[in-house]
Amino acid sequence: MLRIPPADLVARLRDPLILQALRLSLISSFAATVIVAALGLPIAYLLATVDFRGKRVLEAFIDLPMVLPPTVAGVALLTAFGRTGLAGHALSAVGITLPFTTLGVVVAQAFVAAPFFVGAARAGFAEVDRKYLDAAATLRAAPGYAFLRVLVPLAAPSLFAGAAMSWARALGEFGATITFAGNMPGVTQTMPLAVYLALQSDLDAAVALSVLLLLVSLTVLLSIRLTPSRLAALAARARRAPR
Amino acid sequence: MLDARLAKRRDAFALDVAFEAVGGSTTVVVGESGAGKTSVLRLLAGLDRLDGGHVTLDAVPYAEAGRGLHVPPWQRDIGYVAQDYALFPHLTVYENVAFGLRAGGTAARRIRTMVEESLGLVGIPELAGRMPRQLSGGQQQRAALARALVLGPRVLLLDEPLSSLDIQARRVVRVELRGLLQRLPCVTVYVTHSPIEALVFGDRVVVLDGGRVAQAGSREELLRHPRSPFVAELIGTNLFIGRAAQAGSAPAASIRTPEGAVAIEDTSGPGTVYLTVSPREIMLSRTLPEGSPQNVFAGAVMELIPEPPGGERVRVVLDTRPALVAEVTPEAVAALGLREGVRVYAAFKATGVHRYT
Repeated sequence: MLRIPPADLVARLRDPLILQALRLSLISSFAATVIVAALGLPIAYLLATVDFRGKRVLEAFIDLPMVLPPTVAGVALLTAFGRTGLAGHALSAVGITLPFTTLGVVVAQAFVAAPFFVGAARAGFAEVDRKYLDAAATLRAAPGYAFLRVLVPLAAPSLFAGAAMSWARALGEFGATITFAGNMPGVTQTMPLAVYLALQSDLDAAVALSVLLLLVSLTVLLSIRLTPSRLAALAARARRAPR
Repeated sequence: MLDARLAKRRDAFALDVAFEAVGGSTTVVVGESGAGKTSVLRLLAGLDRLDGGHVTLDAVPYAEAGRGLHVPPWQRDIGYVAQDYALFPHLTVYENVAFGLRAGGTAARRIRTMVEESLGLVGIPELAGRMPRQLSGGQQQRAALARALVLGPRVLLLDEPLSSLDIQARRVVRVELRGLLQRLPCVTVYVTHSPIEALVFGDRVVVLDGGRVAQAGSREELLRHPRSPFVAELIGTNLFIGRAAQAGSAPAASIRTPEGAVAIEDTSGPGTVYLTVSPREIMLSRTLPEGSPQNVFAGAVMELIPEPPGGERVRVVLDTRPALVAEVTPEAVAALGLREGVRVYAAFKATGVHRYT
């Protein structure tokens, strides 16, 4: 890692291909995290609070991308969202194509990152003492209002942690992306793909990219973990409060 | 008016309680832990569903088990203060009190005034900006009360409101809470395990024992006419249930009263006579007393319990048949050499017996 002088590292980062890959990685991983959080919140809430038929099956499906080899996940996505796939057919009717597009990158990342968020959010919701929801219910708060104003704020530390894990998984996504979205510079070539490509021709470039990716990941994870620390302390107190 | 019959089964426990309460009055539900007190409040609030019975407020049905009607808690005009207050830890006192107004869609410009009024009513206007964890137990209790009252509920449910407080705070809050409840126009249902609180707060008292109503009535009625051993123990008196004595029968015991002897039986039903004897009316001696006392029972001392404050009186629990509790001075305990297992005679005059049917 240290065999490249910093000046050289900076110079390499001026390379438009690398800048493109970095920008695409950041944008797509954040977009994937937002999608995962938006879809994952209600699902985690249902899993944490309601018992229903087929709950175990749903749980298994949500956890599936975590154990599936990413390339298999990519093939699965391709089968579903490809031109001949059921979902792909429906989407193409409204003019949306996923395979080999930037949007496809986001979908692939969201698909593999979702279980990390749902798992953490579900645990966070389950940890919130029911007495606060009871109190909210007797204070005119319908379940939706109580969810947004009581449950989500009290579970915030877990939600942040889940989002951070999810984002990290999306950023490092390789297999599903290359299978489902391909490896087109500027369109679907994210940093991990660029690193792999560089490795085949220019070892120094690969190392430089890796260092960059490492620094970016560390910065984002640290900033996410440090900002909600006050919130985390608050919620921890709430959970410890005597019943 | 609140009209409720609450039936709920949970494993081996069965709750079945009916009562009515009018606006401006406080109904205290008193009983030991596990008697179903909190269930009563949760069923009234709608947090739990009824297995049987109904909840009706001013002729509006909130719940009716028969036709599966269950109005959810957020649509009931009922305020609920939980035992540990459950203030939202992530919100200030002001935001806690404003919570219900916002959730219910009160116009934003009216919220500030209403919250300030409510905090003023419970006497903590200066704590609006604090977080719940910065409050003492008594302050949390007031904040939770303000949060419920700001919505102007027609029913206020209080679950052991004083039990989370230390003894000093309890006395202060008790006096203030009593003054506040007397001014409120709503129906208050107050749950406690404390007989003292029941008698201080209860315009009506419902005594709960094992999920059933052991007795219900005004506090005077309860104090003067306890009708079950549980209620008698709660108010600390001796109760005997029996029938007018008849020649030829051989009851376990009979007690002479100014109106004649009463045979003590363990049953109640038509013709039942209730007798109470204050523990202070009972005289203890080591030898069989002679002269005026007309009721004498022999038995061993089971327990000596100094009465607070200061133990100026000592309650002596005897295993006589029927069982008796006497209340004597510590000097008498010393003079008689009372301790567990000592055999004594307990005597009381016929005129010391209070008889009612």
